Order: sequence, then structure tokens, then C-alpha cells
Amino acid sequence: PVRDKIVLVPDHFVPNKDVASAKQAKEMRDFAKRWGIKNYFEVGRGGVCHQVMLDNGFAYPGALVVGADSHTCTYGGVNAFATGVGSSEAAAVFATGQLWFKVPGSIRVLLKGRPSKYVGGKDLVLKLISDIGVDGATYKTLEFGGTGVSSLTVSDRLSVSNMAIEAGGKAGIFPCDAATVAYMKTVRKDGFNAALPDDGASYERTLEYDLSGLESMVALPHLPSNGKAARDVGVQIDQAYLGSCTNGRIEDLRLAAEIMRGRKVHRDVRMVIVPASVKVFDQAMSEGLLLEFSKAGAFVSGPTCGACLGGHMGILAPGERCVSSTNRNFIGRMGHRDSEVYLAGPAVVAASAITGRITDPRDLEAVQ
Amino acid sequence: MKGVKGKVWRFGDHVDTDQIIPAERLTSDNNDKLGTFAFEKVRPEMVKLVNPGDVIVAGRNFGCGSSREHAPRALLQMGISCVVAESYARIFYRNCINTGLLPVECHVDADDGDVLSVDLSKGIIINQTKGKEWRFAPFPKFVQDLMDKGGLMAKIKEEKRCKK
Repeated sequence: PVRDKIVLVPDHFVPNKDVASAKQAKEMRDFAKRWGIKNYFEVGRGGVCHQVMLDNGFAYPGALVVGADSHTCTYGGVNAFATGVGSSEAAAVFATGQLWFKVPGSIRVLLKGRPSKYVGGKDLVLKLISDIGVDGATYKTLEFGGTGVSSLTVSDRLSVSNMAIEAGGKAGIFPCDAATVAYMKTVRKDGFNAALPDDGASYERTLEYDLSGLESMVALPHLPSNGKAARDVGVQIDQAYLGSCTNGRIEDLRLAAEIMRGRKVHRDVRMVIVPASVKVFDQAMSEGLLLEFSKAGAFVSGPTCGACLGGHMGILAPGERCVSSTNRNFIGRMGHRDSEVYLAGPAVVAASAITGRITDPRDLEAVQ
Repeated sequence: MKGVKGKVWRFGDHVDTDQIIPAERLTSDNNDKLGTFAFEKVRPEMVKLVNPGDVIVAGRNFGCGSSREHAPRALLQMGISCVVAESYARIFYRNCINTGLLPVECHVDADDGDVLSVDLSKGIIINQTKGKEWRFAPFPKFVQDLMDKGGLMAKIKEEKRCKK
């Protein structure tokens, strides 16, 4: 039944940020009860919706998933066709179990090589978006392939797919390989049918990236396409934010912890760390990472979308700058219209939190 | 489909959904007053000066960013019933059709304050101030029907009623 194909996750302004948010959260809770929606993930048992979807095996190879959030495209990292829709379309799916699609054309993105230690999926996608622009993939699917795919972890692929929408893409899809299968075994009991391109499939254009030559990237205010090598940015920051559906997974936290081990957050910086789901939070706690972060002087939060969209847990005052592992840096995204957001991967966020300015992790030894 | 005629509000490329309506305004008790917050961080004076029937003219990729349906709803509640942009972000475009905000795709020459008229059935835009005219492809019939019915929810409700 359709009701069992619906997943409801309060995440944007929870734990309830204020009375208005509390009322809105209550509407979703009451709706879930009234309609018998069993896949409702209450605060304390959920997190950011996209991570909750992955953690619970609702996204899988060959699946067709829509969500009332633009970053639904994240699940392309596990070979699903997943795309964001507005509220009315979500309601239409609830009512009918169906939706119409125009099949998008595809842009092939061929990867080769292996990224260096601190470079990951976020850096690849920031480079890609800066090359093609925020409307470079409008109405297209970005279809990733090539020998380099296997040198990206599933977590890296999720970061890439997550930001397909930031290039205007309808979806961003990776193939299903051994790593995908191994990951799916940890989250899902039922089987799936992977979606692979046909031999001789045609693409509108083909892009190629050598991961070996990729540097840590930063997207400067106020567009995700405003990319620059992290080494060339050199601005002071007030806040470092590590979290979100883009980079709030255990792999991101482990990498940040490794960089921060034996070091402290810079005295002029506040670092906010927000694991993307209870599963990630608990895993990070059991590995001792949350204690390490706290001892280093970072603020550790429970899972929520938090400050990514200017909700709560780290809003910016006029003139403030944040380096963030999130996905958008539009004007006023994380606070006042005169604040700035610099997008980056977890390694750059961690390194910058230590030095007080945007830092390529390779330069950390020299700085300290 | 009716026509539209009003004053132009000119925007550039990549007008994103956070500009159109900031995320912190997206709580359900704002559902009927989203228009009061439209463009509040980037063009705060607009909401006081917009008249029903005014038209937004924009560059490429209008409505990029979030899937929030509040974006076209805020513009409709503000009095804007039509946007004329060079191109649209895809989720926003669908949201416009589903809510009844007309997303005309056409590159026109218009400045703030110009008077623009849009004839939807003929596919003609006229900048009355500059004396210039452009043509655009009218919306496919199913889109016109959908918008005339009042959007996606109205259509679904009607279909469900008919099925009974």
C-alpha cells in the first residue's frame, strides 16, 4: 500500500526551534498518526531525512524515489533515481502513488584515478559545478562512471549525488558496484535490481575528471559554482560547521577527527558538529569521536538540519563567515544577509577550524 | 488563460529560492502570509510597492535551489501572477505549474517600472514602455488546463471525486 511507501522525517527545525516550528512538527506527527504512516521517525530516533532514508534501506539500487526536499537526489549515490519535488507533488504521490516524469537527457561524467588523502566527493562535486555552472545540468541526469568510481567510497558518492541539484540536475546517479552492495547489506534485508547503462547508451555530453589531480575545493559566496582551490582562498572565519546530508556521515566525522587529533579549535572560531542521523551520532559516540571533538573545543549537536538552511544551531551575524560542509551558500542562507558561507569538504572544515582561516589540510603541518 | 499586464520588477540571473523566501519563514502558520516575506533579504521594499498584476522579469535559472513550493506561493500571495525569465530551475518550474504562477520562458528587454503585457493564448509579450514585442511558445494544453483548474491539488481532488 502507498502508505507504507511514505517516509516522514521531521528534520529542518527540530528539536522544535520555536512555537511556529513546534506547531508544524505537530502537524506532521498528527498526520502520521491519522493516516497510519508507520515510517515516521521522531526526534531522537531520526535525523536529517536523507541520512535516515539511507540508514533504513529505503534508498537502494534501481529504486525510483521522490522527496519533498531538493537534496533527495542524494540517493543516486546508491544507484537510485531520486529527485526532489514540491509539496503539492508529494501530496499527489500520497493520494495516487504515482507521478509523471519527463525522462531527462544524460550527461556522462567519467572518473579515473584516485583522490589524495584529504580530497573526497565534496571536492569533486564542487569542481564539477564550478566547471559547468549552477544551471549546467538543468533537466539532465548526471551519470557517473569510469574506473575512478571504485576509488570513491559510497559516502563520497553520496556527497556528489547530493549536490547534483546545485548544477540544476534532475538526478545524479552512480553505478552499483561491490562497494554499493556491501553498503546495502548493512542497511537493507530485501534485494534490489541495479540500474546500469545499456551498451552504446548515448549521452548529450561527456565530462572527464582525474581524481588524482583533484585539490581540496571551496565554493565562495554566493553560488555553489563559485569554486576555488582551498589553498587560494585565505580568509578568516568565525564559524566552522560540519554536518548536513552532504557531509554529516561517520566517514566525514572520522576524517575531521583525524585532522583535529591533538589540536584545538582556534580561539576565534566556534565549531559546530552535527552528525546527520542518530545512527551516525551513536556510531561517532561509540568511537569516542564526540568526546574528542568536545575536548578540542567544538560544540557537538544531536542530528538535525541545523544551520544549513538558516534554521538554528549556528546562525551568522552581519559580517560573519562560516566554512561549512553543507550544500548552499546563497545570500542569507545561514543567517544575516551580510554573512558569508564558504562550502567545503570535511577535511577543509576541520583544518580551517584549527587555524582560524580557510586552510587546505596539506598546509596544516606547516601552519602549526 | 487570461492575459497579464503590469509593472516590471527586474531581476538578474540565478535568483534562488532563499532570495524568494528565506527558509526560516517556512512554517505552516505563515502559509497565508508568505507574500509578506518575499525577497525580504535582498529587496525588502518590494513587498510594500508591488501591485497585483505586476510581472517579474528575470535572467537565467530563475528559482534555483530548493524544492520549496512556498517560493511560487509567496510570489502569488504578493500579487505576482506571472514571471518572464530566460530560463527556469526545474523543480521551481514544476511548482509554478502546480500552483498557478505562470512561468513564461522568454528573453525580453525590460527595466524596473516598464509596463509589460503578456498574452498567454497568443504567446505575445509587449513592453509598452519601450515599444517592443516578443513571441513565446504557449503552454501545452494540459498545462493550461491544469493552471485553469487551480493547480495540481484541484485537479487531483476533481479526479478523485469523479472516480467515486
